[in-house]
Amino acid sequence: MKKILLVLLMGLLLSFLFAKSSFFWVEDVPWDDGKALIIKANVPADTVYLQKALEDGSWQTLYAGKGINLEYTDSELNPDLEYRYRLLVPRPTFGDSISFKAIAKPIEQWFYLHKLSYLLILLAVSFAIVYYVQKARKGKDYYIRRINGLDSIDESIGRATEKGKPILFVPGIGDLDDIQTISSLTILSHLAHKAAEYDTEIIVPCRFSMVLSASREVVKEAYIKAGKPDAYNQDRIFYLTDDQFGYVAGIDGIMVREQPAANFFLGSFYAESLILAETGFSTGAIQTAGTAQASQLPFFVVSCDYTLIGEELFAASAYLSRDPQQLGSLKGHDFGKLLVILLIVAGVIAEMSNWHWFKAFFEGAQ
Amino acid sequence: MSGFMATFGLWLSVFFTLSIFSFLYKDNPFYKLSEQIFVGLSAAYWLVYLYYSVMVPNLFNKLFTDFKGNLILLIPTVLGLMMLLRLIPKTQWLSRYPIAIMIGTSAGINMVRYAKTDLLGQISATMINPFAADNVVTVIGNILLIVGTICGVYFFYFSKKQEGIRAVPSKLGIWFLMISFGASFGYTVMARISLLIGRLEFLLKDWLHIIK
Repeated sequence: MKKILLVLLMGLLLSFLFAKSSFFWVEDVPWDDGKALIIKANVPADTVYLQKALEDGSWQTLYAGKGINLEYTDSELNPDLEYRYRLLVPRPTFGDSISFKAIAKPIEQWFYLHKLSYLLILLAVSFAIVYYVQKARKGKDYYIRRINGLDSIDESIGRATEKGKPILFVPGIGDLDDIQTISSLTILSHLAHKAAEYDTEIIVPCRFSMVLSASREVVKEAYIKAGKPDAYNQDRIFYLTDDQFGYVAGIDGIMVREQPAANFFLGSFYAESLILAETGFSTGAIQTAGTAQASQLPFFVVSCDYTLIGEELFAASAYLSRDPQQLGSLKGHDFGKLLVILLIVAGVIAEMSNWHWFKAFFEGAQ
Repeated sequence: MSGFMATFGLWLSVFFTLSIFSFLYKDNPFYKLSEQIFVGLSAAYWLVYLYYSVMVPNLFNKLFTDFKGNLILLIPTVLGLMMLLRLIPKTQWLSRYPIAIMIGTSAGINMVRYAKTDLLGQISATMINPFAADNVVTVIGNILLIVGTICGVYFFYFSKKQEGIRAVPSKLGIWFLMISFGASFGYTVMARISLLIGRLEFLLKDWLHIIK
């Protein structure tokens, strides 16, 4: 009996020794990259000083203020390094301070759970894409609604062929790391194929060397597919300059002097969009533009005959090729859009019902 | 000498400004000259700039000072050299590899980036209680924000025929888009006019001293 009492007493003493202070304690931020600690304190004092020990032994004050329900996140720390903190509570009547100390180590976790919503959405959309692509491979034919801007491509090539004038294709001012430029090149492939079939010249001025190389590859491939490799003229796909407005000045000159019958501005555009589209309009060319830059779309809408708005540019590849696999992928993207609509509706209902955890779940991923 | 150079620079700026403005009338030799100088000069400038701001500090300096510690840099070096092989017709095909790597990696990185900022950011920003505001105007604004976002997303739903009741949100979506384009157009035109004012100020103040 004595032994049991002794063990219980020892246990009690140890638990007092190792228990975290209920006034001041430090915790690792759970499910993170191991670069932050949460320092918590609950001291009924109007003024407390939260300090961190620096390498040279001095103390850096992180916070000064009320001590009740204090929660401070110390970020940009190094994972697996020990950090020491202290909380000073001044006692004016005694002329000194009570000091609480705590030590903690930020630890990196394998999974950042606050990004779970992000993972779930990506998984849902990815599975949908794979599912619809598989179905398309098995012969399922998917419907795709009409996109006027893409239907105009044939009309534009026809007009250029009738007039015996070239087509101008501007792949935007983005480099090859811009997804809009990549989408633009898929349209260029289709356009070059048609141009090769009709023996119509195509001019592609480029801003970046990588875009130049990719454009040449795409056009060359299209001419080979059309069975006219000899008609491919790589000199008509050329580099102008890296400078944004130098590039625009060069294209303006081409539009005025070469008088292309059809202009295509597809890709990433910024302040130069209106200069390009207005100059093209003044030459009387039929113009098709497309970008996902929301701020530049108004300029294209007012000065071009057809405009591909945002997502329409990315749907172009599937729309033009009618390849079942790409249509399946587009169907998967549409599932993503439906999911977004449903989540917004659910989120609004949740907010109206004061279930804020739902929104917090999605906000945490940012 | 510095005074002469400053005056020469000023007149040169005036000449090129007026030459570029002359395009508003029609294409002419002055515009052609300015355009060719602008394109050529900027191409050369960017070549030199990229060499000294990218190649030298990020590649040459690191390889020359600590070759063993920067062995990883040999990968982009080789990829860059493969791009240069385009100049030789027989080895042109080798440049497809760096292009493929560039497209693949940028697509992967951008998917993560855009899904985070544009997709999740937009979703959570639209999850609001429209009636939580304390005045009617904000409540109406909140409702328009929610309806506009949902209809705007629905407009880009391609794989269903938008007929009958399905066409309603799509039509609403394009209306919302066009109204936002109109607002954006006006806002940007104002910013462009400030650029024109800046140029006119240069001509009238710095050159002609008409305004102070």
